[in-house]
Amino acid sequence: MANTTSTTAGGGDFTSNLGRIYSLYTGGFIAFIILMAILSAIGVENVVIGYLFMGFTIVIYAVIGVLSRTMHVGEYYVAGRRVPALYNGMATGADWMSAASFIGMAGSLYLLGYDGLGFVLGWTGGYVLVAILVAPYLRKFGAYTVPDFLSARYGGNLARFIGVIVLFSCSFTYVVAQIFGTGLISARFLGIDFNVAVYVGLAGILVCSMLGGMRAVTWTQVAQYIVLIIAYLIPAIWMSTVKTGIPIPQLMQGQALANITALETAQGITVHHITPFVHGGYDAKNYFLLILCLMVGTASLPHVLMRYFTTPSVREARVSVAWSLLFIFILYFTAPAYAAFAKWTMLDLVASGLTPENIAEKAGWMMRWAAADNTLVQICGKAATDTAAIVAACAEKGVTALSFADINLNADMIVLATPEMAGMPYVISGLVAAGGLAAALSTADGLLLAIANALSHDIYYKMIDQNAPTSRRLIVSRILLVMVAVLAAYVASTKPSDILSMVSWAFSLAAGGLFPALVLGVWWKRANSTGAVAGMIAGFGITLFYLVMTQYGADFDKATPNMELWWGVKNISSATFGLPVGFAVMIIVSLLTKAPSRDMQDFIEEIRVPRGKQMMEEKIA
Amino acid sequence: MATPDRISYWNKTKGLMFVMLGLWVFFGYVIHMFVEQLNTIVIFGFPLGFYMAAQGSLIAFVVMLFWFARRQNAIDEEHHVNED
Repeated sequence: MANTTSTTAGGGDFTSNLGRIYSLYTGGFIAFIILMAILSAIGVENVVIGYLFMGFTIVIYAVIGVLSRTMHVGEYYVAGRRVPALYNGMATGADWMSAASFIGMAGSLYLLGYDGLGFVLGWTGGYVLVAILVAPYLRKFGAYTVPDFLSARYGGNLARFIGVIVLFSCSFTYVVAQIFGTGLISARFLGIDFNVAVYVGLAGILVCSMLGGMRAVTWTQVAQYIVLIIAYLIPAIWMSTVKTGIPIPQLMQGQALANITALETAQGITVHHITPFVHGGYDAKNYFLLILCLMVGTASLPHVLMRYFTTPSVREARVSVAWSLLFIFILYFTAPAYAAFAKWTMLDLVASGLTPENIAEKAGWMMRWAAADNTLVQICGKAATDTAAIVAACAEKGVTALSFADINLNADMIVLATPEMAGMPYVISGLVAAGGLAAALSTADGLLLAIANALSHDIYYKMIDQNAPTSRRLIVSRILLVMVAVLAAYVASTKPSDILSMVSWAFSLAAGGLFPALVLGVWWKRANSTGAVAGMIAGFGITLFYLVMTQYGADFDKATPNMELWWGVKNISSATFGLPVGFAVMIIVSLLTKAPSRDMQDFIEEIRVPRGKQMMEEKIA
Repeated sequence: MATPDRISYWNKTKGLMFVMLGLWVFFGYVIHMFVEQLNTIVIFGFPLGFYMAAQGSLIAFVVMLFWFARRQNAIDEEHHVNED
């Protein structure tokens, strides 16, 4: 399995011992959870447990980050290309599953029912496109970054430069959402101000990625995957066991759905959890377009694609995509169950005779969350901060017994609040917070590295100073990493939008800007430089135009009306327009201009077969 | 470069790609267009249409990718273009 080409920096031992190292680590983490449970039982305060959970996990990531520090270019950019398929799959899983998957998704499924499943489908099916159309061929080429490939295939720095712009736009939007997520968790569980919490989260991200680049990020991401998957499965298993007696939430979800429908009917709710195309404006058209944009975006996001540059071979890259999806699948097929059990618990709570007066005794957690931020829990249309406020708000509306519809929970709090909702001990809340943090940190690491690598490798080294010595390139990369991170933290502290929207925009930008150029670059020999440049500009331009105009309007003034939606397509699916335009422009312009040279056609032939040495070799500086 | 063996290799690779793309369209879109009809079938409390979007299609994607990795590797070996 491990191709121990132990030529560099003594990593051979490490690679062959991976199984043992990570088993020990997992055991240690479980022992730590048990220790926390004991501390909690002997009366250690909740906020201390919260600090210990988050502090301990961040220290572990930092230790891995420092141990993996490197000054070798190949190690820094692509982890020396010796990450075995299975571990690369795990790292990709953590890289992939962000604050949106961990915190946002089950919450959206809770609120949107069937229509939220568009996110589940969109964020898994895209890996099919990654495996069959893009990743193995980019691995054969041997790029350090995605713009590297664009430059080689479309001869020149113009294609590279446009690639960097698209990469920067989508990754930056995405990383802002992650830092926002870490800030949200730190603020809630450590009780610090959101604006400060954003920078605390930032420090956590930087210790992992700055010293060791891709090598450090790979091995911390594996560790973060283990934390986040344990943190996600335990509450789901707990709820399933309490409610049905069987600890398999994915299977018992069926029973939960049947109960939800029955309780909804008893409550007089006609729009059921399982009814398709009725929630939150997701008609069939928007449901399927969202799936398409998320799937195509998956196959275009540079921080995902660059994970497959780290495997030892093309063959391992393909297997690695399958492992990635398996590890992602474990969380994604639990998410609908998580949401269903949480909803069942809430419906049961309401059916048990909930009134404004007894809510403090039956569901005190609602008030704690409402007190933290008054948009999170609203009852009878007002923030549920205390009994008096709830009684007053409901009296105004003439509500004496609360129904399910009177209680309004925010999508971003549902996963984090579920342990309290279902009456689990506080230690589970701490664990879930640590899991959410791992998810946000790991994705932010991958994204920041993608941006910093593009700026240092593609802009600085390839376009500005081709003679830059290795040491200077790596220092430039680190400085850029810190600068981009601070800028992202600043943008996050202005709270630009909610997590799920920001992340979905990133997918559309990547899909519209990069997908046609990447796919046709491998699969259509006639695609040429002029066509690719025109196609990327058109596809990215239309996507960005639609997004900005419908979200902010031409004047960036929230008070004035924004551009009307085209055919009612939500702007989280902006690539609906960018993708076909990008393909059409690229194909038409390519056909109208000269065919690529004989050399270029040979180059494409070479990319298509696994055998032979990789196309781009790093000169040893 | 474009030897007959290479051409046949690429044709087989393309064929596999289109099979995968077809399956992807089916599990990603087509089956969910019939969600209302499928929901009339209920297994273990799961309406089948809901089940396909929550778990069924995901399982199909995972299985497809492992199968693809094996199949493509077999094609590589058949045409002697696998890595050493």
